[in-house]
Amino acid sequence: MGANEQNLVSEKLRRVLDAVALKRPDRVPVAFHTMLWYARYGGTTMREVMYNYELAAELGKRAILEFDPDLFCAPHQFTTLGRVLEAARFKQLQWPGHGVGENQPYQYLDREYMKAEEYDEYLFDPTGFWLSKYMPRVLGCAEGLESLHALPGYFYMRLVMGMRTFANPKVVEALRAMREAGEEANRLVVLQNEFVRDMEGRGYVLAQGAVSIAPFDLVGDYMRGARGILTDLYRRPDKVLAACDKAIPFILKAAIGTARAMGSRFVFIPIHWAPDGFMSLDKFKTFWWPGFRKVLLGLIEADLVPVPLWEADCTSRLETIADIPPGKAIYWFERTDLARAKSVLSGVACLRGNVSPSLLNTGTPEQVDAACRDLIENIGRDGGFILDGAFGIPDEAPVENVRAMFKAARKYGG
Amino acid sequence: MKEPKQRLLEAIADMREDEALELAKSLLDGGEDPLHVLEVCRTAMETVGKRFQEGEYFLPELILAGEMLERIGAMAKPLIQAKGGAAAVKKHGRVLIGTVHGDLHDIGKNIVTFMLDINGYEVKDIGIDVPVERFIDEIRQFQPSVVGLSGFLTLAFDSMKETIDAIAKAGMRDKMKIMIGGGQVDETVRSYTGADAFGNNAMAAVTLCRGWIGG
Repeated sequence: MGANEQNLVSEKLRRVLDAVALKRPDRVPVAFHTMLWYARYGGTTMREVMYNYELAAELGKRAILEFDPDLFCAPHQFTTLGRVLEAARFKQLQWPGHGVGENQPYQYLDREYMKAEEYDEYLFDPTGFWLSKYMPRVLGCAEGLESLHALPGYFYMRLVMGMRTFANPKVVEALRAMREAGEEANRLVVLQNEFVRDMEGRGYVLAQGAVSIAPFDLVGDYMRGARGILTDLYRRPDKVLAACDKAIPFILKAAIGTARAMGSRFVFIPIHWAPDGFMSLDKFKTFWWPGFRKVLLGLIEADLVPVPLWEADCTSRLETIADIPPGKAIYWFERTDLARAKSVLSGVACLRGNVSPSLLNTGTPEQVDAACRDLIENIGRDGGFILDGAFGIPDEAPVENVRAMFKAARKYGG
Repeated sequence: MKEPKQRLLEAIADMREDEALELAKSLLDGGEDPLHVLEVCRTAMETVGKRFQEGEYFLPELILAGEMLERIGAMAKPLIQAKGGAAAVKKHGRVLIGTVHGDLHDIGKNIVTFMLDINGYEVKDIGIDVPVERFIDEIRQFQPSVVGLSGFLTLAFDSMKETIDAIAKAGMRDKMKIMIGGGQVDETVRSYTGADAFGNNAMAAVTLCRGWIGG
């Protein structure tokens, strides 16, 4: 790495860290985050960028070098997942060629993956439940794990004889298929690390070293499903709270471990169940916020920077979510009005966002430029702000509009 | 002590599910006209809808109220059939709703369907990932006064536009109002797609329908 590039490293990282610390950086930092927009950028299909590691990396690099953002994400994080999904026979998602067309984005299947009567099983033994119930339900490769014996019941010679469980043909096949999926995931991670090191060497800052989740969203989205979690709030509120609490140490361990292995301090947390319209403020304060606050504090304690992306409009939650240590987190808002967010969170969290996808997809470069200028001048004026799309760059955005966003950061951000 | 039908109404409206189901069962077992029991449920749903509109209730309450109604309906249905069926209820107007092609999301659409239904509209929900041609066929058959296009993903902007263009091409655009909603939809998207209006929540859909077709 040359001296100039070294300077760039410190310059961009300093800019971002100044914003996090709520100081005024030399200019407003700008982030590049996208999922499948590479297909549009490269004139190819979404399936191709999900499966072709080399092509996606080339497009990712080309985009980062062209737009010169401060923060970047690697296409290996949210894009090139096709081969691993296929090897794992993942059942919670439909992706191009697997349930949706070649040029349609992957989409989550909202289902009940843990039954209402299974809360106690999860609470008693989360690892056992995950291995023998949850993983076989969501990963085709792990289906045979249903036949695993409950090992803590085995001891002494019985434990030795209990090794028969690993000779069960269904378990043997599951372990083989899981190993294959794991090896594909390893190939992807090796390429991701190469990409990240290359970009970091050029001065760019990895926007997320790990992806994490709010405890309520884990239980709601990935275990109980929407209908289940919403009715549970009335039918079994204590179980919901207990399951959220139980999940916290596992969530923290996974996020802290991954972020450290990546050598990045930023932990991206897409937030699903916080929006104003989903539950009353009272229920939000009871069921949603306390668990997530513990996750935020745990990450901050580990010297990491949580980056929750508050999806939809969370205006009524602002006063509640302001209760964190100042200058330690980036709050990325999708549809919450940033002026209102700034009035409540000024002196608490760095704000990020939120050029609307409707504008990025259907507007003109001039309109995008004006919207960015407005955000930079009104929200970024005193620091503590990172410019980005409301949810990064939408898959369908015309390239000239994306270009306009990054140009605007330079024109008005200084 | 309040009379049982009033207690049923309050139990549903106040989200006391077990009590509501027990009361409904004992009313039906005691020979109460099942149509009267369902009328109580409908009145309770109006209260739920009103509390939703006023910002007291949110998704958990709408979903739970819907499930209570479903369960009581299942108890009452065989009794109604035994009595020779129910008289048709007059509805305000027809609304066809679906999630546009490419998008598999349905929570928002289901809530809108629920709110329109309890507000007296005859709603036909044609599901998710609905191809343009299917919208056209369903509109021809159902003859709705309002069409609602739902979509959560940004790809839905184009799917909505294609659907509305196809409705126009089929010569049916002036026969209906079209509203769009979900996720990222805003005035920019409304103007891009050529819809008549957009809404950010289920009450907006009800308000739009009231303005267009009464009720």
